[in-house]
Amino acid sequence: MAFPDRIERTVEVAQPPGQVWAALTTAEGLSGWFGHEAAIDLRPGGSASMKWDSYTADMRVERVEEPAVFGFTWHIYGLPEDDPRRTYVEFTLEPAGTGTRLTVVESGFAQLSEDAYREAYGGNTEGWASELGELAGYLDAAS
Amino acid sequence: MPPPDIEAIAEQVFVALADPSRRAILAALASGGPATATDLAARLPITRQAIAKHLALLAEAGLVTAEPGERRRVRYRLHSAPMQVAQQFLAAMARDWDRPLGALKDHLSKGDTQ
Repeated sequence: MAFPDRIERTVEVAQPPGQVWAALTTAEGLSGWFGHEAAIDLRPGGSASMKWDSYTADMRVERVEEPAVFGFTWHIYGLPEDDPRRTYVEFTLEPAGTGTRLTVVESGFAQLSEDAYREAYGGNTEGWASELGELAGYLDAAS
Repeated sequence: MPPPDIEAIAEQVFVALADPSRRAILAALASGGPATATDLAARLPITRQAIAKHLALLAEAGLVTAEPGERRRVRYRLHSAPMQVAQQFLAAMARDWDRPLGALKDHLSKGDTQ
């Protein structure tokens, strides 16, 4: 198996980096294409959020290098609310002619906290083997 | 500590889930809580022998744990940690950037015409 830790996409848009930057880093811009509602405190460590009908994403702004790099972390969609793992999303804007080459990289899908590792891997090595032996014996006796 | 071999954990989860009988056992434990092999045999159209075999595989994948108990009443409990590992692989594949990026393109070109 080779599952991705990171996802990368590049698109070319006709608008210059400054205009793309505004769409990525302002509440007005983000709510125009990404979420239905957005709020953002644009500084490293600042919080941001986006709302859809039934889901709210809370983000933490990490990198702000106008108009070239914008990065944030957020909760991994699809994981339970209380799961502490987050992925890092970074938008890179490069001038391309009169437009912009926009790259988005989301990374951290394959991370695993030490606790989760211990629980997933170490937690099941004892106990059940002997119990299963007993189960097999019980079923043999019952059949 | 060695680097976590999360692919191995996830692979065991996906192998476990590939079988309809094992999915039925996991679903029964998820919805009804811990149960003995006998309970499961009564609730599912699966023989006790087959249930024992499946429980062994599920335990090896870390998806169920046996509760210590009286010899004939060993109860099996769902253990969700490996599921959480598998979930992050699913999350990577379910993440859709193409649609939002398409929406961004549309949003930007709308701005041009205003």
